[in-house]
Amino acid sequence: MNAVTESRNQTVQTPQSAQAPGQDGRGYIIPPANIVATQDGYIAELEMPGVSKDGIEVTVEGNELRIIGRRQNDLPDAELCYCESAHADYRRVFELGPDVDTSRITAEMKQGVLRLFLPKSEKAKPKQIEVKVA
Amino acid sequence: MPELNRIQSEINRIFEDPFSLLAPSTSFFEGWEPKIDIYENNDNITVRAELPGMKKEDITVSLDGDVLTIAGERKQEEENKEGETYRAERYFGRFQRSVTLPHPVDMKKVQATYKDGVLTIVLPKVEEAKPKQIDVKSS
Repeated sequence: MNAVTESRNQTVQTPQSAQAPGQDGRGYIIPPANIVATQDGYIAELEMPGVSKDGIEVTVEGNELRIIGRRQNDLPDAELCYCESAHADYRRVFELGPDVDTSRITAEMKQGVLRLFLPKSEKAKPKQIEVKVA
Repeated sequence: MPELNRIQSEINRIFEDPFSLLAPSTSFFEGWEPKIDIYENNDNITVRAELPGMKKEDITVSLDGDVLTIAGERKQEEENKEGETYRAERYFGRFQRSVTLPHPVDMKKVQATYKDGVLTIVLPKVEEAKPKQIDVKSS
């Protein structure tokens, strides 16, 4: 069972079709994510270049994990003459399975990558069953 | 056919983007490419490249004449290699990107900083390349 699934990102729009109101009306970018499952839980990494630790907002409501990243406004005082980056904030929502212990989620921000650790609840962890000799 | 798509998109870019001459000369290089922005004012050309999740030591910046090249390698965390993958949208491995600068710059004064996953390179223009105000004399 996939315990970290995508949900409700349809409200998120790419900058090209930006209608959804972002912080400044520019819409949000969906940050690329990697998710792996380990014995103890799930590790999710999201790429949000231009966002510092202070710009990160991670909230859990019910089984919904919402991640928002707001960019630092430290652009050079100059004319932008060639542009590929979207200059918009980031937003992505995941739905968590019942095996995630939402009370113990931890987050770390390093060079524009948010790394979340979503521990499995004790109940959901695999257990070794000892076979006793009768 | 990723190669073919790449060539197609490169051709499209040249026709569609009026700034394409100043823009990155994309090499047909296997790997990923960071997004870049180029800024200019009277004194400097500033290049910003989005390179989230790198180590400073794994990025190299070089200048050869008027061609600025950013290269490096992004490595995956060991811990992530072990688990079962649910979602893989990030790129890892080597990258390289070159930009032809629109003006000559002073090679000795170039500065690069890496913060919040963004590489910022400030390239001061040589004196001759800076715009000059011309006084209008009344006769």
